[in-house]
Amino acid sequence: MRITTTVNGTRHDVDDVWPGESLLYVLRERMGLPGSKNACEQGECGSCTVYLDGEPVCACLVAAGQAIDREITTVEGLATGEGLHPVQEAFVEAGAVQCGFCTPGLLVAAHDLLERVPDPSDLEIREALAGNLCRCTGYEKILDAVRLAASRQARA
Amino acid sequence: MSTEAGTRTTATSSPGRVGDSPLRPDGTLKVTGEFAYASDLWHDDMVWGVTLRSPHPHARIRGIDLTGALTVPGVTAVLTADDVPGENAVGLEHADQPVLASEFVRYEGEPVALVAADHPETARRAAARIRVDYEVLPAVTDPRRAMDEDAPAVHRPGNLVRHLRLRRGDPSVTAPVVVSLDVEVGMQDQAFLGPESGLAVPAEDGGVDLYVATQWLHVDQRQMCLALGMPADKVRLHLAGVGGAFGGREDLSVHVHACLLALRTGRPVKMSYGREESFFGHVHRHPAWLTYEFGAERDGTLVYARATVLLDGGAYASSTAAVVGNAGTLGLGPYRIPNVAVDAYGVFTNNPPCGAMRGFGCVQAAFAHEALMDELADAVELDRVAIRQLNGMREGDRNITGQVIDSAAPVAELLQIVSELPLPPAREDGADLRSLPGSVGNTTHGEGVVRGIGYAVTYKNVAFSEGFDDYSTARVRLEMTGGEAVATVHTAAAEVGQGLITVEQQICRTELGVERVVVHPKDTTVGSGGSTSASRQTYVTGGAVQAACAAVRTVVLERAARILDRAAADLRLDGEKIVGASGEVLTGLSDVLGEDAVEETAEYRHRPTHAIDPQTGQGDAHVQFAFSAHRAVVDVDVELGLVKVVALDTAQDVGRAINPDAVVGQIHGGSAQGMGLALMEEIVVTDGHVRNPSFTDYLIPTILDMPPMQVKVLEYADPHAPYGVRGVGEPPTISSGPAVAAAVRAACGKPLRRVPIRPEHITGT
Repeated sequence: MRITTTVNGTRHDVDDVWPGESLLYVLRERMGLPGSKNACEQGECGSCTVYLDGEPVCACLVAAGQAIDREITTVEGLATGEGLHPVQEAFVEAGAVQCGFCTPGLLVAAHDLLERVPDPSDLEIREALAGNLCRCTGYEKILDAVRLAASRQARA
Repeated sequence: MSTEAGTRTTATSSPGRVGDSPLRPDGTLKVTGEFAYASDLWHDDMVWGVTLRSPHPHARIRGIDLTGALTVPGVTAVLTADDVPGENAVGLEHADQPVLASEFVRYEGEPVALVAADHPETARRAAARIRVDYEVLPAVTDPRRAMDEDAPAVHRPGNLVRHLRLRRGDPSVTAPVVVSLDVEVGMQDQAFLGPESGLAVPAEDGGVDLYVATQWLHVDQRQMCLALGMPADKVRLHLAGVGGAFGGREDLSVHVHACLLALRTGRPVKMSYGREESFFGHVHRHPAWLTYEFGAERDGTLVYARATVLLDGGAYASSTAAVVGNAGTLGLGPYRIPNVAVDAYGVFTNNPPCGAMRGFGCVQAAFAHEALMDELADAVELDRVAIRQLNGMREGDRNITGQVIDSAAPVAELLQIVSELPLPPAREDGADLRSLPGSVGNTTHGEGVVRGIGYAVTYKNVAFSEGFDDYSTARVRLEMTGGEAVATVHTAAAEVGQGLITVEQQICRTELGVERVVVHPKDTTVGSGGSTSASRQTYVTGGAVQAACAAVRTVVLERAARILDRAAADLRLDGEKIVGASGEVLTGLSDVLGEDAVEETAEYRHRPTHAIDPQTGQGDAHVQFAFSAHRAVVDVDVELGLVKVVALDTAQDVGRAINPDAVVGQIHGGSAQGMGLALMEEIVVTDGHVRNPSFTDYLIPTILDMPPMQVKVLEYADPHAPYGVRGVGEPPTISSGPAVAAAVRAACGKPLRRVPIRPEHITGT
């Protein structure tokens, strides 16, 4: 089948998609956007979190056909200008990235949290990111990164 | 044909020398989604490979009918054991595991056949149409029965992988105070997030290039050459981006399979496991059964220890023998014990193969010796910090193999530090649900919740032991590029997320005085970097990079000495300048190098270790020891058996922190994995079948499960190690779990001799 969708502001037309494919597979293998990750492909780890019409979802749980005529934003589309988005910058600077496989999903989830709650408490950060597994960091520096991004956004 | 695969994994970064905390050079690529992990690789004309695995823990293969798979449109190859051109046997220490099963399958999930097709789903459906005629055989699935005379033999001649016998002093001595216990540790999974993946590209010279996520390129290459029947120059490995490892990438996964399919089809082949297959695609931490007894004076001073450790190695040897080595030689913890009898066993069963995971044999033992140390404290009425400080190792002591601890052993100090760190505030009425056991499950508002505190301490060997020739190779090149001095560092040492590439840059900057350091992609065109295991890379590859830099510096300074007509010994390299003894600038590096590049390659070996005596287990088995202590504070809902870890604080001696921020990151992450084993992480295996191969049913800690951590880092330099470093990665995984288990015991008053602790263990229901 043909999938027509808008990803990171660009319209994509993809042909010959097998209906069993997920949005994650189409992004990674058919659109050349492998930033969203394939850690579990069953909606448990959050590494494939993307925005679907502004709502964060696990791309592995969205059937390719469900993405037709929708607006998708992936980690590749978080930065709008030349540099990094403040959330991305904060993850690098705070040491919240080790292997980095969880990072794209966490960035989208953290970005969404800060859009909704500009100055979150630690418990709000923990609850908002509880669907994103990380195996390397023990999450301490991820909390640091979200706090750092929040404080920078407050000043901006 | 595109050959971009695997190249965008490193870049240059900002300044930072040894002792600074520069940012990771791959950080920006990782936050923009551009970093190329193994599962992201793509190639023109590539096909997908999948693996057909055994559904039985033990069976004889009577025949395989491939017809159903071969007739599926889109399928380009279907392979079995008959298609393995070289030796059909691979293995880290012993080549005992078939590339593809031929006569027998020995565990559920063992690879039997391979399919390549133009779409992964086509390949999976084709694999499902392969008909394997199995004769199901009796399986040995209880390791405690594995050595019984009537137990089915997993391999000839029998089911014993290794028995380590250790005797020191007079093991039959008696003591006035005796405590003992049995402990059981469940099977933990590394659960790295990046699934096993690789891209094999057939080359025009008849060889193959494999881009793969792994921990040790050269040990993979050695096994692959034997299986493919090809020399090393035809089997070229390139490290693709690695999404975590923790020991689970020491053994081969897709490596030979992807290459077999690529060589057969003549097309690039990508293999990438899903999460369920990943649980079958790598070894796990050995489950363990431990029986321990301590004898002590009435003041708590240890007189003797007797211990038996049984590790379930599963169906193939992997690194079981070395894990037994650690569980035996280090299995009584960082304590002074004059009289010792330890017997550690690793056995074959028809359970999933077990091997390396962070902490490597010390993790299982620590749950036993730390629980027993608490028992001893109670028996002699000492507090749990004091009993450990009383018996804790000190520099100059001999451990239970008779080896002198010849650098810092700050057991008492580490315990003192964690015991004096501020405690979290008492729980208040009306506490936020998210800070309570059960969290937003809304299972309690505080009723039935009891707080407990626990302590644990550990020590772990760093680098490879028992006489292994453990070395690393580094190639460093220095040249002027665009008017700027650039160093390029090339090692085959795997970056798996821990930050080795940052450390390599820091060492080059420190040794060569340049700012710009390029990390060459990791591959097999340079000598072995050894394994990214055993907390060894900063030590061993760091040592190799330091040595290669020193060799480059020597050449540069000798050249400068000739130009300047001065003694090379009076010159230094600093900030792209050649400076004299008092720091005066004599000439620029660019004037010395001109258009030339200076390139040197060096190997670094740590001090040799030695085999232990097979009768007594005595010997200098290890090169370095790393110590850490944890204090855990938990709230336990004793009615429902739910646990909330409130605080997990730690102190660790790291010798010298090359990158202090990265050190703390290792300690955080390692602590989380130890906590996970104490409370939630277990691969449940019944009758040889894995019951929970998914992140739905195998739980790892989330950000809501992890508490805030206070981390104190000591830096007692090891005079025998480069820069004084001490391995960092593993100790936190060892001492955190037993501290959490101790805290839960303290809260609920139950002995809790099995981890992970389940709700029903706490409630007794």
